[in-house]
Amino acid sequence: MCQECGCGLPGENPVGISAHHHDHDHDHGHSHDHQHDHDHPHFHTHSHDEADHDHSHGDAVGQHRVLEVRQAILEKNDRLAERNRGFFHARGLLVLNVLSSPGSGKTTFIRETVRLLGKRLKTGVIVGDLATDNDAQRLRESGAPVVQITTGTVCHLEAEMVARALKQLDLKGLDLLIIENVGNLVCPASYDLGEDLRVVLLSVTEGEDKPLKYPPMFQSAGVAVVSKMDLATACDYNRDTALANLRRLAPNAPVFELSAKTGNGMDAWCEFLIQQHKAIKARDPLGA
Amino acid sequence: MEPGSGRLPGRLVVFGGTMHELSIMQSVLDQVLEKARQAGASRVHAIRLRIGVLSGVVPDALQFAFEALADGTPAQGAQLLIEDVPARFWCATCRHEFEATRMFAECPDCHRPSMELRAGREMELTSLEVD
Ligand SMILES: Nc1nc2c(ncn2[C@@H]2O[C@H](COP(=O)(O)OP(=O)(O)OP(=O)(O)O)[C@@H](O)[C@H]2O)c(=O)[nH]1
Ligand SMILES: [Mg+2]
Ligand SMILES: [Zn+2]
Ligand SMILES: [Zn+2]
Repeated sequence: MCQECGCGLPGENPVGISAHHHDHDHDHGHSHDHQHDHDHPHFHTHSHDEADHDHSHGDAVGQHRVLEVRQAILEKNDRLAERNRGFFHARGLLVLNVLSSPGSGKTTFIRETVRLLGKRLKTGVIVGDLATDNDAQRLRESGAPVVQITTGTVCHLEAEMVARALKQLDLKGLDLLIIENVGNLVCPASYDLGEDLRVVLLSVTEGEDKPLKYPPMFQSAGVAVVSKMDLATACDYNRDTALANLRRLAPNAPVFELSAKTGNGMDAWCEFLIQQHKAIKARDPLGA
Repeated sequence: MEPGSGRLPGRLVVFGGTMHELSIMQSVLDQVLEKARQAGASRVHAIRLRIGVLSGVVPDALQFAFEALADGTPAQGAQLLIEDVPARFWCATCRHEFEATRMFAECPDCHRPSMELRAGREMELTSLEVD
């Protein structure tokens, strides 16, 4: 589905790829290692001394024309995300990107958020799922308009997928857009979707050290949610450790401890969203 | 990968690169081929990247992904030179920058968490060598 992503390359045969490339591995492995050994002393230099270590070409690196680029690798996604952000701002929409490991409770949490907010904030949902539309079905139970993005083999949402999904969503009268990302703590951290807030969930069932295992994700969190608090006792959840770990990685993120199942803690969360939305509305609509 | 190097632990490798690195590498390759084309180059000999240790990207997996994706393009066989960018934080109490030895941001002097990450998340295409 995603043109950008190598995961779903059309017509590539996985077996063929690894077999074909087997004999390249050594050359490249070596050049990479050399780079590690030699690069740290000269940060930022474009000295051509790697030529000494070039095993993979007849011609040495350094004899060629150098094109300076200095561009973020996800520059295109970043650009499209900024475009989404401008689009959201112009409509006074508060936008959340909800992230967690598979099964931490994103869908349940979003469904209950929408239900509890009711008329106070009219909410739409975009949900990314690798293969099924089960989450979209469950989210529709809340009465919210829901657009499903089937990502296929792509394990994260990208700004461009969100832009396409927006075309299928009637934004008129909406105050809040919640995007459920693919359950994955690795790649979604790198892809800005244009959201105002990144909400990262950590359920009490998955271990207090999750933040330490996935630092880039937790460091990018604007808000941390500890979910499934109703299971805390059953799971021997150590609250102090979990909160200390969250604070270590995301010291600026407010933390909400709640259970979407019992509703405990959900009020404070909904109140927070209402305040955030007010702040967005207060922003100059012309973006001055 | 040596322990404590600040890299994420190894993940499932799907035909020579995780899906994540394949996706990132496809973005790199798109940019590389575009720049090379604009410069009227027919071959790419080297590609230099800067990858922050907090970017979530594993350089070795990028290498594998590159080999899978560059095949049949003007970048086939090019050297991929990856510069690791260490994580650097600012301690507002001690007023100094420090390099994170582990992945979280604790000042080695006062042991307070830093609120300010100054480097370590970047993923940048630095330069190319072409002709
Ligand atoms: N006890 C309890 N169970 C919960 C809670 N929230 C979610 N669950 C259960 O946890 C399981 C996964 O919940 P989902 O909401 O589907 O999680 P998810 O993060 O959307 O999952 P993926 O989209 O597959 O990554 C389901 O069986 C839910 O019923 C909660 O607050 N308490
Ligand atoms: Mg879900
Ligand atoms: Zn991914
Ligand atoms: Zn300090």
